[in-house]
Order: sequence, then structure tokens, then C-alpha cells
Amino acid sequence: MELFTNQVLAGIATGAIYACMALAVVMIYQAIDHLNFAQGEMAMFSTFVAWQLMQWGVPYWGAFVITLAFSFVGGIAIERLLFKPLAKAPILTNVAGFIALYAIINSFAGLIWDFTIKQFPTPFGSSPFLGSQLISTHQAGMIGVTMILLLLLFFFFRFTRIGLAMRAAASLPESARLVGINTSWMIALGWGMAAAIGSIAGMMIAPVVFLEPNMMLGVLIYGFAAAVLGGLTSPFGAVIGGFLVGIFENLAGTYIPGIGNELKLPIALALIIVVLVVKPAGLFGRPIVKRV
Amino acid sequence: MSAVQEVVTEAPAVEAVPKKAMTLGYGTSLAVLALLIVVPLFVKNFIIFQMTMLLIYALAVMALNILTGSSGQFSLGQSAFYAVGAYTSAILMETYNINYALTLPISGIICFGFGYLFGKPALRLSGVYLALATFALATAMPQLLKLGVFEPWTGGVQGLVVTKPDAPFGLPMSQDMWLYYFTLAVSIAIYVASVNLLRSRSGRAFMAIRDNEIAASAMGVDVALYKTLAFGVSAGITGVAGALGAIAVQFVAPDSYTITLAISLFLGMVVGGVGWLPGSIVGSAFIIFVPNIAEGISKGLSGAVFGILLFLVIFLVPHGARQVSVVAQQLIGKLRKS
Amino acid sequence: MTAMLNVRDLRAYYGQVQALHGLEFDLNEGSLTTLLGANGAGKTTTLRAICNMVRSTGSIEFEGKPLSGRSTENIVRLGIAHVPQGRGTFTTMTVEENLQLGAITRKDSAGIVSDIERMYDHFPVLKQRHTQQAGTLSGGEQQMLAVARALMLRPRLMLLDEPSFGLAPLIVRDLFRILGKINREDNVSILVVEQNAQLALELADKAYVIETGRIVMSGSADEIANNEDVRKSYLGY
Repeated sequence: MELFTNQVLAGIATGAIYACMALAVVMIYQAIDHLNFAQGEMAMFSTFVAWQLMQWGVPYWGAFVITLAFSFVGGIAIERLLFKPLAKAPILTNVAGFIALYAIINSFAGLIWDFTIKQFPTPFGSSPFLGSQLISTHQAGMIGVTMILLLLLFFFFRFTRIGLAMRAAASLPESARLVGINTSWMIALGWGMAAAIGSIAGMMIAPVVFLEPNMMLGVLIYGFAAAVLGGLTSPFGAVIGGFLVGIFENLAGTYIPGIGNELKLPIALALIIVVLVVKPAGLFGRPIVKRV
Repeated sequence: MSAVQEVVTEAPAVEAVPKKAMTLGYGTSLAVLALLIVVPLFVKNFIIFQMTMLLIYALAVMALNILTGSSGQFSLGQSAFYAVGAYTSAILMETYNINYALTLPISGIICFGFGYLFGKPALRLSGVYLALATFALATAMPQLLKLGVFEPWTGGVQGLVVTKPDAPFGLPMSQDMWLYYFTLAVSIAIYVASVNLLRSRSGRAFMAIRDNEIAASAMGVDVALYKTLAFGVSAGITGVAGALGAIAVQFVAPDSYTITLAISLFLGMVVGGVGWLPGSIVGSAFIIFVPNIAEGISKGLSGAVFGILLFLVIFLVPHGARQVSVVAQQLIGKLRKS
Repeated sequence: MTAMLNVRDLRAYYGQVQALHGLEFDLNEGSLTTLLGANGAGKTTTLRAICNMVRSTGSIEFEGKPLSGRSTENIVRLGIAHVPQGRGTFTTMTVEENLQLGAITRKDSAGIVSDIERMYDHFPVLKQRHTQQAGTLSGGEQQMLAVARALMLRPRLMLLDEPSFGLAPLIVRDLFRILGKINREDNVSILVVEQNAQLALELADKAYVIETGRIVMSGSADEIANNEDVRKSYLGY
């Protein structure tokens, strides 16, 4: 029983990573109604930018803020330059665009910073949290940051005018235009915000998984899975989903015989799919009624 | 959380290919066929090998076109079926000494079954959820192939070596050339069968499901049957492609069948034109040759160059090679009139 | 009377299919005009063309300003509110959020708050349900919400596409009464597209009849209503 509890707690700790990423995933889904495969790479690139700033002597929080701003602007720029032209193209073509973006960012990161692993500092320290062996202060800090992000997003969408406009644009673009909302810029804004959130996720994750160009792929998949599990329209669901994915992953690794590290990912995904077959809109998502 | 359901009147996620445009005209088809038959007689073995792989990947892309382009189901998991087909063929040939040609239908049938079985639970999933499920399948496959418990058959991480067959009846051609013509014959047979499938009642059922599943069901189309059938057929063809691939490459190993392959096939489908079977060969050419070109342009930035070239393609022709074909046909039509 | 809307030689296309064939009409300021015609005649297309929601050629001028080349949202910001077919309610948001969205382009928060109160005066049922999800409202209530949302823009011209669709006659009369009130008291010019010609002609002061993408008849609402031939040929009663 103790092993079980420990694994659950450890799962929550690692799940904070996925929760953070899942928030960025939900953010972009709210804006553009699909998942962006390149999001992990964008987060990785932002994290490298932060690292580079710190190499040049900028203190941690300074680098953090600059990176946040850079990511926000970068996300908008990528959307305006690369995806606005594809707005009328079929969805699958857009997906191909995401894959192309992935390849481009990954390649550039590898060229600029090469593939050797780098250390990334944490502002929270790495000592055991409240004496517990399972959660470090960094992981606790990560959970805290994720919670703050969640609250900020909730506040943004629920109580600000621009949040309301974004929700409207994502929900019914044509109606949104009919109240004067520039839906095209709402999409750009969504990308910017998702990129910024992704950069925070990257900077939280890097101290744990170490900084290198391929660090985000596994995290992104788990982030997708977490967002889907939570219900793609719900930031709250994304966070819960993240923790659940972390727990699933740990329990699967511990209790299912013969599963080494490599099969953890497909098993976790399989578990999520089982949930989806039962609850197709995810745990907290709105059930979608399709009309002919 | 709210109890209000979100009512969605969706446009189909996958757009329809107009019926007229489903295949190339007779003239163009014959021209392409002629090229495919004649060119290998004049080039080196390595080029012949590449052309064989071109046909093999074209088959796999075509299978994906049937699944996604025709029945509207997303799959990022084709690499799993390809792997099963490849391994089935390899094991049958090397462990049980079965003739290579016989392994193709066996691989096809096994993969059809596998795809059909996968299609059943997938019935409740669509769009991004189905993509995730098939993605899980694709990532699991290399790991499953490495599992200790299967090692006596699969050869574990090392994989298996496959013997390339000689030309039969003592025909005076290299192994590569024989394998190429064998693959060409198989590909043509499958292509013709696929076109006929899409033109048949089943094909129309697929497309009805793609365009509007609820309406199709209301019209009496057995949606569950056709969706799983589409998965099965697609998996079966991909399995045959995998089997041919195993023979052409002369070995099978788990890391040859990763998610990268599934993503490449997906890109091949988009570049060729989703749902347009003739485009499969264009898509296949893209995924075989463009990465090499990219690496030739810049070794350090090969990924970035590939991405940029891919962007160029999708900016110029968002609907893939089919769009090029349509434009070309329009131009020819105009020239004929003047 | 000044012209609020001038439409000249309007041709609209859905892909290769041409839906409007050189439509021409004028709307005067303060008028309540109805556009009548059978199903498929092009009524909805006309409204969509005004808001640039469909590909079109020709000239549309609003208060002397040409609308061509402007995006839908920019046209709306000029003061044209469009209540589309099917109402376009944001079903997953509350009634009050829907009203706030109607005013999203306005900057005067005090004015917005007082306008929301005015909407609740016009439509008391909305006040009752103001924290409810809009999707849980009945058809008639959603129609009222759609009209209220449009009014939150403080438009000078309101376009309504078949507001009576799917509503019980009593509710339609109620709605039309309110539209008339808004037209007179708030000086909002209204163009209402309707299949229910009888009710529309009772409400409007001017009418146009459209058939296969062209205006075939125009006049005051009374003239059209009293013209038996027109009624039988084009309006079906």
C-alpha cells in the first residue's frame, strides 16, 4: 500500500510537468481548434533562449521575463507568417505545416546549441520538499507555478473583455465577426499566449529532464494526452489530466510486469484511450452534440 | 462544469475529391506506366532499388489515402501495420522457408485482421482522439517488437536478415530488377483494385461516412462495418507494402518502423493530395527524395531545409499534387480550344 | 430622407453558382424595410453580401461609405448589426455574456451597463435568465437574445434574417412589436428578411420582393400587401 501511495505522489510530482504543458496545449486548442505538434519545440527553443541569456549574465528572473515576451511575440509572428496563409487550406495541410515547423525549430536549435545536455537552473532549489523524499522543492514550485498559471488563465477567460472575445472567436467565429471581433487577430493572440505558456512549461521542465533539443517530444505527447483526458476545452481539466497522466505512467511502470521504460508511453496513452472510449469528451470537457 | 452541450454542425474534416478527378486520365496513366516499365532497363541497380522503394511507399501512402481520404479516419499509426507486414514476411521466409511471393497475401490478410480489430475500438474515436490512439499504436510497435518474450521469432533488437530472391525461371536480370518488376506488378494490381473499390458501393459508403457520418447512418449505411473495413483494407495494403519493403531492404529491425515512418507516410499523403490515389506516388517521391536533397543542401540544418521545402510545397499547392493535376488539365483544356 | 444603404448591381456567388444577379435597392434612414421572397430567392444571400460574408461584386454603400473590401468585422464596426439565420447565439456562454459580446467593440463601460439594463426592459425574460447558459433558452428566447445582442452594438442599421423562423405566432408578434418600437424610438433602421410575408408586411413601411436573385417588385408595405397579384405570384397567399 505504501508503494502505491508513494507512486501516486511521485506521479503527481512528475505530472506537474505534463499539467504545465497541457495548459499550453489547451490554450492553442481554444484558439485554433487543433493541436500544434510544434508546440513542444517552440517551448524548447524558448527555454534555450532563456539559457543563453543566463549564459550572458542575465539573472534568472530577468531572463524569465525576457523569454516570456520573446515567446509571446514569436508565437504571433509564426502564426502571421506561416499559418495565416494556410487559414483556408484543409486541416491536414495545416497539420503538415506543424510538422514542418517542428523540423525547422528542432534543426535550428540543434545547430545553434548542439545536442549535448545542458543544466538549467531552478529558482526553487532542489532539496526535499518539507522533508519528503518524493517531492523536491523544485517540483513543489512547479506545481505552484502551474496553479498560478491556471488561475491567471481562468481569470483571463472569465473576467476580461479580451478573454471573452477569444472564447467567442473560438466558439463561433462567424458570430464573433458579427459582433465586430477580428477573429484573425484572436487566433494570433492565442498563438502568442500558447507560446508564452509553453515557454514557462519549458523553463519549469528543463531542470528535471535537462536541456537538449529533443527534450520536449515525450513531454508534448503526454501533454496532449493530459489535455485530451481532461477535456480539450477545460484548462482545469488539463491540469487534472496532467497529474493523472503522471500517476498512470508511474503506476504502469511499477505494476505491469515486463514493462520497461520504453513501453510506459504507449501504455499511458492506451489507458487514456480507454477513458476516452468511455467518456469521449474527456473528463471535464463539454459533450459535443453533432448535428447533421 | 456546464451541462450545456456544444452543438456542432461540422464541415467534414477531410474534403472530398471530385469524382471526375479520382484518377488520372487514360493518356497520363499510360504514360506514367510506360515510364515505370522502361526506365529500370537503363539505370543502375541502386536507382532500381530506389524505384522499388518508391513503389512500396506509394502503396503505403495509397493505403492511408483510402483510410483518411476516403473514409475520413485519421491515422498516424500506419507504421505499425507496415512493421507487422514486414516481420510476418521475414519470419515466414527465414524461419519457415515460405516462398517470398506467398508471404505477401499472408501478410496482407494478417494485417487486414489486425487493422479490422484495431478499427473496432477506434469506432468511438474520431479526429484528434483517433490520431492520438493511432499514434500510441505507432510508438508502441517498435517497443513491442523488442520485447524479450517475442525474441525467438523477431530476433529482438537486432532484427532478422531477409534473403533477396533471385529472378525465377533463370531470367537474365539482377535480383533488384526482378524485385522491381514484381513490385510493379503487385502495385498495379493493388492500385486498380483500390480504384475499383472506391468506385464501388463500398467506396461510396466510405465517402458518405467521411462527408457526414450521421447522415450516412440515417441513409442505412452500416457505419461500423465500413469504418472497420476501411481500417482493415488500409492495414492490409500497408502490410503488403511492409512485406515488399522487408524483401527489398533485406532486413527487418524494430527501429526501422518508428513513428517517423508514420509521420512520413502522412506527409506523403498530404503532398500527393489527400484522397487522390494517383498522388500517392508523388507523395512517396517527396518523402524518399526530399530528405536527401535537404541533407545535400545543408548537413547541419537538414531538418530545417526539409521543413522549409515542405512549407513551400504546402503554400504553393495546399491541396497537394492533385491541385497541380487539376491546373494542368485546365491548361490543356484551354490549349485544345485555341 | 437620407439614404442609409445603397445597393447597386450586386452579384453574389457561392463557388461557381451565382445567387444574386444585379440586385439594386435603397434603404432610407429610419425606415423599416422588409425583403420578401420564396425559399432560395436570395434573401439571405443579400444580407450576407452586405456584411461581406459571401463573394460578391457590385457596389454597396452605407451612409455614403463604400463597403467593398472591408472585412465583416469592420463592416459591423461601422454600425451595421446582423442577426443571422439560426440566430448565431453563443450557446455555451451566459445570456449576459452574449449581451456583453454584442458591445465588445464599444469603449464606454457605463453606457454598456445601462444598455444591458435597457435590453432587460425590452425583454424581461432575458433578465430572468441572465446567468443561464444561452443554449438552454427556448427558440423564442434565443431570438430575443440575438436581437438584444445586435442592439448592444448601438447600430444604425439592423439586418435580421428570418427572425420568425421556428417561432410560435404569438411570440413572433411580440418580437415584431418590439422591433417596431426600436425602429421608432431608437431610430434604428431595419432591414428584415422574411418568409412569413404577412406578418412582415404588417410591421414594415417599405417592401422589396426578390426572385432568383433580382428585385422584381418594390413599394410601400401597404401597396404590396394590397396587391393580390403580387401576393399570389411571389408571396404565396
